[in-house]
Amino acid sequence: MGNHSDGSPNHSGTVATAGQNEVEKFQDPGLPPHRLRLADTDPVAAKRAERQVAILFGTSVIGTLVFLVAYFAIDLGDDTSIATIRTQNLLLGLGTAFAMLGIGTGIVHWAKALMPDHEVSEERHAIRTEEDRQAAVRIVDDIVDETGIKRRPLIRNTLLGAVALAPLPALAIFGDLGPRPDNALAHTMWAPEGDKLKRLTRDPDGTPIKASDVTIGSAFHVIPEGLNELHEGKLNEKAKAVVLLMRLDPDSLNPSEGRENWSYNGIVAYSKICTHVGCPVALYEQQTHHLLCPCHQSTFDLTQECKVIFGPASRPLPQLPIAVDAEGYLVATSDFREPVGPSYWERDEHERLINS
Amino acid sequence: MSASSTAEAPFVPKTKVGSFTNFVDERVGGSGILREFGRKVFPDHWSFMFGEVALYSFVILLMSGTFLTFFFDPSMAETHYQGSYTPLYNVEMSVAYSSSLNISFDVRGGLFMRQVHHWAALLFVASLGVHMLRVFFTGAFRKPREMNWVVGGVLLILAMAAGFTGYSLPDDLLSGNGLRIIDGVIKSIPVIGTYTSFFLFGGEFPGTAIIGRLYVLHILLVPALILLMIVIHLFMVVVHKHTQYPGPGRNDGNVVGYPLGPVYAAKAGGFFFIVFGVLALMAAAFTINPIWNYGPYDPSPVSAGTQPDWYIGFVDGALRLMPGVINDFHFEWVIFGRTLTLNVLLPALVPAGIIFTVLFMYPWIERWVTKDNREHHVLDRPRNAPTRTAIGVAGFTWYCVMWAAAGSDLIATHFHVSLNDVTYWLRTLFFIGPVIAFIVTKRIALALQRKDREIALHGRETGRIVRLPHGEFIEVHAPLDEYKRYKLVGFESPAPIPAQPNEHGVVTGKEKRRAALSRWFFEDRVAPATPAELEAAHAHGHHEAIEAGEDQKSLSH
Repeated sequence: MGNHSDGSPNHSGTVATAGQNEVEKFQDPGLPPHRLRLADTDPVAAKRAERQVAILFGTSVIGTLVFLVAYFAIDLGDDTSIATIRTQNLLLGLGTAFAMLGIGTGIVHWAKALMPDHEVSEERHAIRTEEDRQAAVRIVDDIVDETGIKRRPLIRNTLLGAVALAPLPALAIFGDLGPRPDNALAHTMWAPEGDKLKRLTRDPDGTPIKASDVTIGSAFHVIPEGLNELHEGKLNEKAKAVVLLMRLDPDSLNPSEGRENWSYNGIVAYSKICTHVGCPVALYEQQTHHLLCPCHQSTFDLTQECKVIFGPASRPLPQLPIAVDAEGYLVATSDFREPVGPSYWERDEHERLINS
Repeated sequence: MSASSTAEAPFVPKTKVGSFTNFVDERVGGSGILREFGRKVFPDHWSFMFGEVALYSFVILLMSGTFLTFFFDPSMAETHYQGSYTPLYNVEMSVAYSSSLNISFDVRGGLFMRQVHHWAALLFVASLGVHMLRVFFTGAFRKPREMNWVVGGVLLILAMAAGFTGYSLPDDLLSGNGLRIIDGVIKSIPVIGTYTSFFLFGGEFPGTAIIGRLYVLHILLVPALILLMIVIHLFMVVVHKHTQYPGPGRNDGNVVGYPLGPVYAAKAGGFFFIVFGVLALMAAAFTINPIWNYGPYDPSPVSAGTQPDWYIGFVDGALRLMPGVINDFHFEWVIFGRTLTLNVLLPALVPAGIIFTVLFMYPWIERWVTKDNREHHVLDRPRNAPTRTAIGVAGFTWYCVMWAAAGSDLIATHFHVSLNDVTYWLRTLFFIGPVIAFIVTKRIALALQRKDREIALHGRETGRIVRLPHGEFIEVHAPLDEYKRYKLVGFESPAPIPAQPNEHGVVTGKEKRRAALSRWFFEDRVAPATPAELEAAHAHGHHEAIEAGEDQKSLSH
């Protein structure tokens, strides 16, 4: 800027003035002359602005009335239709909008058209003066001196030690916010109870699924038998146990070694919880045999044991080993052979635990 | 009459209002406060309103939020919905979701309040963001306002935290999936991730504790912190006084504008009602977060095209852009038997980390590069700080690419293009978008500076074409008045500062790096026009003016 009246000189070494000096710069001409508004010179215009402001305030009154009428005249009974609620919402909103905008635009119009619009200039003052600084230093020195903290290091050090340790209980007391994770994430409801294998049942009604119901190309959203009967932790178990069941041409499945018996007649079951951050992988593209997660578009290929073929997931969806029981219903022959859902620090440890 | 007394007679108020005011004034010293602030000068510019919008949105959030707390029940206990929304009648859901439905359908004005609250939250974060962009591009973060810039950055983070904790409260399907994603991100944190998740959710996801805990954060802790930061922010605004745009009569030593009373107070106060009115209009006419369409949270279903609220979008977009596998290279590693899942950890933490680190450090970076320790109260026009403006636009572009990626599926379905191609393009833009934005912005800023110079020296184009006697056509240029000209020439154009030796006569490596950065910042520069140049231009123009027979106009080409 042309003229610094804040008292700070343009130091040659610290400020790039690029060889310019004050002489070569334009001088600040000062504030431009004030221009009068129509309402300043013409009483008719001023009167008109006054009426406009009053009309705006009047609009606000109407808005308030609209709100009150909409609130009391429209009753939300037990048989209210959505249309009534929408209408009331619209009227309450419009009433509030006019009530507020009337006041707001009225005041602003008043300020812009009728209040003085002279710009004034005010000096800035130093945020900190050298005099204040010196006085503050003296005060701090006096305070420190009076406490004697420099002369009595024993007091200082014990205080520091005490203050450093004192917050520890405040941290410790949050220890019961949650239980230790232990191995909770390693197991799901699919683990057989004794000899009884869990049936695959439909989500959400819990009816068991016969292998013969599953035609080629179809897909089922599956929950374990007994989930709906749980009273506590139902959602927790569901969040780990949900499965997608699909039937493909058996020749298009390419089971790896050890997984040959995990499917039945082309019917395969995979965890529905994405290995990325845990959204349900709910979209099944029947033609391409792809599973797609709608949250972050991770794509898994059913014909390659749900290998990741696109998107941010890094691990295949875990497969649930299935078979058919004596009555022809699909059952899980064991729990998942790895933890389901998003990865976590102890995941590999848990996988080894499951397979040991 | 005992006029001989030297002491002034005590003031005796004559009216009832007067005696009441006097009573208070004698006890709190209101006169002194009014004397200090009643006529305090505030500069006026439309771009100064963004911060006001943020403040007013927050006030509206407090008011509408308080209303909502009277009816909302943050319990995850199971219930069967008995309210008047028939499609969900008798459906099993949490009490939190049920009470959110009741607010929408059975409390008069409840839906309106919910929508005002949600729109105000979206506007709050948006206006904060735009306000920070304004502050950045005009250099308002420079001394003495560096710390207030940091407070603003903290406010932006707190606003996003307030938004996210509130977004999750209705316990609907959409917000539940949002929590599921947060849980997945937390679990990816090395060593403490699993524990943190269990502590946050009170056990396994989703548990029965999270809504109640988010509720306390949302209505108590986060708003209290926001309020505290706003108080600090405004206190510093008073201490610093407001910045002003450059122009005739404005310099670093003064503040030019309207006095607080009456004009500025009326405009700012009236503006609160305008913000409120606009939000009410939006809540009246535009549905936001129709939770009744989503159903209660259930870990199994999810709807296609799920979106977070806009301010979380950039993190969600980064999660989408990161490939989990490139050819056969997996980003999930097992090291010493522990799982490190970089495909989640990197996109969740690194881009946001870079954005906020650079944002918080920028005032000190620029101060170090320019060695400029002066106070700045006059703003830069963005074109007059081309490199800073280019950095800002590059960062903003980076943010926008990630934000757009959060809608990659919607882009694909709306424009009938392949989702995979959209992702590949956005991945490319993630890297080259900011570079292109930097180069283009810097060139535009320099071009605008040259245009300013041209206008300052030769006047503005009038559109009037004149044919000279010897057949040449010229356009008549009208000279600027000195006020308009000063606006175009009254700025600093810092030149690179070469590395300087320290007090031991040594040029340190750090100083060399600073000099390199200084060169990168300022080697392309357009100096403001000088009076001598104007003189030269006028002499040239005057010559032609005589030839053209124009006595009054100063011509140029």
